[in-house]
Amino acid sequence: MALRIPCPHCGTRAIDEWVYGEIPIVPDAITDADARDVDRAYFHNNAEGVVREAWFHLYGCRRWVTVERDSRTDTFL
Amino acid sequence: MNEFWEAKVTLQWAELGSSYDVVIIGGGGHGLATAYNLAVKHGITNVAVIEKDYIGGGNSGRNTTVIRSNYGKPEPVRFYQRSLDLYRQLEDETDRWIMHDERGLLWLAHTEAGRRQERSRSSMNLAFGAETHFVEPEEIAKLAPGINLDAGGEFPITGGSLHVGGATARHDRVNWAFAEGAMRAGVTIVQGVKVEGLILDGDRVVGVKTNTGDVAAGTVVSAVGGHATTIATMANVRLPIRTHPLQAFVTNHYEQTWDAIVASNDLGFYISQTARGEMLGGSHIDPQPSYSRRSDHHFINEISRRIVALFPFMGNLRVLRQWTGICDMSPDYTPIMGFTSAPGFLITTGWGTWGFKAIPAGGEAMAQLIASGETPELIAPFSIDRFANDRTLADRGSSGTH
Repeated sequence: MALRIPCPHCGTRAIDEWVYGEIPIVPDAITDADARDVDRAYFHNNAEGVVREAWFHLYGCRRWVTVERDSRTDTFL
Repeated sequence: MNEFWEAKVTLQWAELGSSYDVVIIGGGGHGLATAYNLAVKHGITNVAVIEKDYIGGGNSGRNTTVIRSNYGKPEPVRFYQRSLDLYRQLEDETDRWIMHDERGLLWLAHTEAGRRQERSRSSMNLAFGAETHFVEPEEIAKLAPGINLDAGGEFPITGGSLHVGGATARHDRVNWAFAEGAMRAGVTIVQGVKVEGLILDGDRVVGVKTNTGDVAAGTVVSAVGGHATTIATMANVRLPIRTHPLQAFVTNHYEQTWDAIVASNDLGFYISQTARGEMLGGSHIDPQPSYSRRSDHHFINEISRRIVALFPFMGNLRVLRQWTGICDMSPDYTPIMGFTSAPGFLITTGWGTWGFKAIPAGGEAMAQLIASGETPELIAPFSIDRFANDRTLADRGSSGTH
């Protein structure tokens, strides 16, 4: 579904104005430095539920915004 | 086979037992084809397929049924060509009409760079066994009647490639053919049973917990589409997967027969005609990772503008229905198959937007892997280890849409 993302500076705007930015979380269980790099580069939490993520308002205020969204329903919290 | 007479598909449902040699999570094309190959080709019949909804009700019933092998890297070309060849013989093998229709796939270029790319891809495909030829705009006009070659001046067609083996098949029938064959050979397939956890013995996966009870298993295979990460997390396996929605639509009936499947990367869409005469269209994945299957008007609005620029006749058609599937996108747009860090737990995932065409070869390879305990050469490049070993197979250009 096409998201409408709430921007604290510009109001709610269509997804076409935004660039997605994942906030990578490397699990603490991975301790080897190389393995942490690989995990950060390629692997994802891809959680089914509430996710914390960053969006860059490219065609708006050009600021990064951090939001929480339920990935099952695409609703912002 | 005779397409006008066909015995009724007989699916012999059984109760889920408490112990199996192999438990396959996910009753979509890949899970069913794996079970079919295990039972029919390798004689491993103590197998259960657990589907939480109904068989073929996930992405196996939501895709746009394109079968092709014109990929951009040698390893995927070989693999998908094997699948294309298996599709060709699937009707004879299963004695089921899957409505397989080999109609050719036309891939358009709109720039000089695109023209060069289609030329090099054609040569590369031919070298690795997939029949693809470079075509000039004049030939494209004949292959795709009604095409506007200068696309309003904005996206002029500079050439393209014709993938001769490009085909479509009826997805439900493919699922049923594999399910029926597997059931006949003694595989247990259950619907409406949800896997809620995995049973672990140390790192090893030794069974699954379902809403109807625990099931012990020698090997557990995740053939899940969409929720692959959720299942892998139960085995403490990290996946390089992000799940994105993908939308598609069909229009009302178009009165002329339209043979070719046409794809344009620059315009980000592809179309084909279904057996009912509807024009079917699809596009890129939605930008946000999501498990939502909600469709929207935004998609139709966007894609229509681009499709009509190239095919003005589509402007007179009406959208009849649209739908959404959720795709497991791998970072390099290539599947991830085989062993994982958890012993006894195998995955076949990363099928993104290109899973349907891979069903026969994917099932064949996974069954070989389970039966022999060794990764078949054909799918060795698709191992999850490739990310740590710097052996990724970046191929977005030829798998981005379908």
